[in-house]
Amino acid sequence: MKITEQDARYVADLAHLELSAQEIARFVPQLDEILGYMDKLNELDTTEVEPMAQVVYQQDELETLRADQDRPGFSQETALANAPDSGAGHFKVPKVFERG
Amino acid sequence: MELRGLTIARVRSALESGETSAAALAEQVLAYAQQENQRNNAFLAFSPERALAQAQRIDEMVKRRQPLPPLAGVPLAVKDVIVTRGLRTTCASRILANYVPPYDATAVRRLEEAGAVILGKTNCDEFAMGSSTENSAYAPVRNPRDLERVPGGSSGGSAAAVAADMCVVALGSDTGGSIRQPASFCGVVGLMGTYGRVSRYGLVAFASSLDHIGPFGKTVRDAAALLEVMAGRDPSDSTSAAVPVPGYLAELDRPEARDLRGFRLGVPREYFAAGLDPEVGDRVQAGIERLRGLGADIRDIRLPHTDYAIACYYIICMAEASSNLARYDGVRYGVRSPRCRNLSLAECYRATRGEGFGPEVKRRIMLGTYVLSAGYYNAYYRKAQKVRALVARDFSEAFRDVDVIVTPVAPTPAFRLGEKTEDPLRMYLSDIYTITASLAGIPGISVPCGANGAGLPIGMQILARHFNEPAMLRAAHAFELSG
Repeated sequence: MKITEQDARYVADLAHLELSAQEIARFVPQLDEILGYMDKLNELDTTEVEPMAQVVYQQDELETLRADQDRPGFSQETALANAPDSGAGHFKVPKVFERG
Repeated sequence: MELRGLTIARVRSALESGETSAAALAEQVLAYAQQENQRNNAFLAFSPERALAQAQRIDEMVKRRQPLPPLAGVPLAVKDVIVTRGLRTTCASRILANYVPPYDATAVRRLEEAGAVILGKTNCDEFAMGSSTENSAYAPVRNPRDLERVPGGSSGGSAAAVAADMCVVALGSDTGGSIRQPASFCGVVGLMGTYGRVSRYGLVAFASSLDHIGPFGKTVRDAAALLEVMAGRDPSDSTSAAVPVPGYLAELDRPEARDLRGFRLGVPREYFAAGLDPEVGDRVQAGIERLRGLGADIRDIRLPHTDYAIACYYIICMAEASSNLARYDGVRYGVRSPRCRNLSLAECYRATRGEGFGPEVKRRIMLGTYVLSAGYYNAYYRKAQKVRALVARDFSEAFRDVDVIVTPVAPTPAFRLGEKTEDPLRMYLSDIYTITASLAGIPGISVPCGANGAGLPIGMQILARHFNEPAMLRAAHAFELSG
């Protein structure tokens, strides 16, 4: 077994994901099979290989920094328009601290 | 006018001759698409107001005899993972059921500025995660060629909409084959440009180092026309390439583009091995013979790391997905769990995400979190990044000897609804021929190359080196004309 129910609960917690007992029971064998398949990569010796994080190709140096100038952005009203809960120009969230 | 097989050039001539107006065409296509949608679920939403406002602008230009932009009046469908200002964009997920973006994706803006008429938003796998469009939180899309079969995925709605003449062209997104594979399953053309060729600004992020926006069309020419409008540097996407955009259509119009004399075309034997449906193999081999008949020099090549690409791809895309999807927390946009009223913030995140995401998205977040977690990062994620370099190197070496590479798009034609939903790994394995180009960041196109005995479409994939879309398009176009 690559992954147990306990591991799955731990990972779900890291990912802020609520999973039901049925979901855990269904996912564990699937995740285990997929992770087992991924072990295939260990057949390759990659000691000398540089990891590839992005696609690279020949091109002129990019201007990745824009000029430091004011530009119009979204109004507060627009930025809050999709918020599930807002008020007084802010996003509103439930209590951050647990009750003692 | 006749919608069947309607292309950009035909729309153009109909507007110029006065056979129809852009508004009349938009209304006709919308009415037809809404009716067909009851059968195939290709669209999640229609946008008649935006379509008609744009069509009226075009008709005004026609009336004043102003020069028309390249896509004037062309009915366009947009995959629902691409944001559209004022039009609900759900990513086919419950968690974004009510999200109305305050801006347009750069690709959408450029197409609309070029005259395209946006009809609505197409159905897809939730957050583009899937190969069948069965992971839509709303309804599975049905393949217009056989309603009992999937259209492929994740851009299944866009492929189906083009195949069923519910639009003329469509936008999809491709992370591991999500444009090319549904194009193959539905019998249309689907194109993924070089990574960075089209701005990703406004494409809801799934796996940022692999995501692309790309076009669907009924012809290679129509896909090329959309690419030409969308491609090019965008200051809003730092990974968009500052490489000049050639005139793709002008390239296809050159008289010598009708044949492939002097073209070196590679056929990788790893793509014709076990697991390939014999009828698909036969059709693609027959396609290669047609390319030989056009004058191409066919060469055997090797891409030795092909067998490792699926494991490599899924580790990377899941890792990136788990990180990108962390933003759905029920605070700034999207749906918040109604239970949050009685919960702490941390519990509210968990409840919102648990209720809002479907099973495939949850699986990928779980696996992505796992491969990035302490103790597993080097064994999975870093290992996969190294193997990605090997897959990319295979292509760089192959392209020293050939101009384009020809392969199947998918191991089988369209499968039946429900056939693979209980077996996620089996679904992943069907992406074998498309994910290698995604990992390398090279461009790929799927062109129809016949059908199997049951009449199901089969696609052929043509790949080229970074930014060599002209060679890829030329081979695809010559192939299409020779059919």
